[in-house]
Amino acid sequence: MTAPLSLTDRPQLRRGVRAATDPLSDETVLLFPEGVLILNETAAVVVRQCDGCLSVAEVVQAVGEVYDGVAVEDVMSLLRDLITQNLLVANRG
Amino acid sequence: MDRPLGLLAELTYKCPLHCPYCSNPLTVPQAAELTLDEWYRVLIEARQLGVLQLHLTGGEPLARPDLTPLVARARDLGFYVSLVTSGVGLDLQRARELASAGLDHVQLSIQDADRISADEVAGARVFNRKLAAARAVTALELPLTVNVVLHRGNIGRIGPIADLAAELGADRLELAHTQYYGWGLLNRSALLPTRDQVATAEQAVARARATHDDTLEILYVVADYYEAYPKPCMHGWGRRHIVIAPDGRALPCPAAAQIAGLGIDNVRERSLSAIWHHSPTFTRFRGYDWMHEPCRSCPLKETDFGGCRCQAFQLTGDAARADPACQLSPDHHLVEAALQVAGPLHQPWHPRSNPSVS
Repeated sequence: MTAPLSLTDRPQLRRGVRAATDPLSDETVLLFPEGVLILNETAAVVVRQCDGCLSVAEVVQAVGEVYDGVAVEDVMSLLRDLITQNLLVANRG
Repeated sequence: MDRPLGLLAELTYKCPLHCPYCSNPLTVPQAAELTLDEWYRVLIEARQLGVLQLHLTGGEPLARPDLTPLVARARDLGFYVSLVTSGVGLDLQRARELASAGLDHVQLSIQDADRISADEVAGARVFNRKLAAARAVTALELPLTVNVVLHRGNIGRIGPIADLAAELGADRLELAHTQYYGWGLLNRSALLPTRDQVATAEQAVARARATHDDTLEILYVVADYYEAYPKPCMHGWGRRHIVIAPDGRALPCPAAAQIAGLGIDNVRERSLSAIWHHSPTFTRFRGYDWMHEPCRSCPLKETDFGGCRCQAFQLTGDAARADPACQLSPDHHLVEAALQVAGPLHQPWHPRSNPSVS
């Protein structure tokens, strides 16, 4: 099942999901009621931009300032995956 | 990553409810509960081990008058803090205090969508107070999970239960079949649903998911007695979780104290790090070396970890045997025999009695 997502949506972490830094590894983790998701470095940069204000297009642009050659489809694929896991909400834009 | 991620802090065995499926032990030690300062030390040690999630549970954790400072300290240390509660005692003021202290999430138990049945199972007239507690939580915009333990008496009302959870503004609904430990095992013959009831329930869950798709996440914890393979209990023994009992005993799962000969350590006497790495309680069934056949050569052993050690102990007397819930277990007939008494009829049960704890 693929979650719908458009470039004008303004994604943010779902209520009850919190990004934090793992005290042992310094990796970014998502904490939520029944679990923990460890994010890789790129995913962490993407998720930290998802504040409910920036659109997906703006998130892609912001990530592009950190990493060269960021593909829109890669970012959207990650966001869709997090939406499917009920960790992120799209906020229709 | 070989480290504990979750700490279940059983703050007290006291509880205003008498649910017949309670997994607390039938008899509990008369030792004093850990003090607030002792819990602070446990939290610091847990954090050093890498624990990220703290589940405050019991009994009823709201029975501890020092819950708010404990939540505040836990949040300061960086834990994701969940309160697992009956909701009795969670009025708007208490909820506001806990939210201000940084509580991340509330898991509230509701027994049924039908008030009379719910209060009968709870053994107290608490249904309306629970609804008020849920509304206090959502009014403060705290994330709410409604937890409903399924048994033969409420399994036919999954639709109304989901409607109620949605009406209360819950983010998640956890529908969890009874796990047969403690009072649940004692009352098993009164609680077990029939195979038909379970099949109907699965259809009802699918319908409820379709109805509440956008607003309510519905989690369904299967009835392991009716499954082909066992549950991955605690995601493996001594692998991801630590349970601290009210008196400070450190356990790999809430039911483990019953297993004879484990040599249980207490955080009052030993550091949590020493316990996690070296206590025989935690090392006894860690990994795969302890396994006998059919688990030892089973390709699923890394998926289900041989199932539940406590269930093996309860049903066979030997915690190192395969979980009898598994169809490959030579003891599976014990589960099948238990299912012979499953029925739709109402049977009397033993209400959980409240321990007298100092």
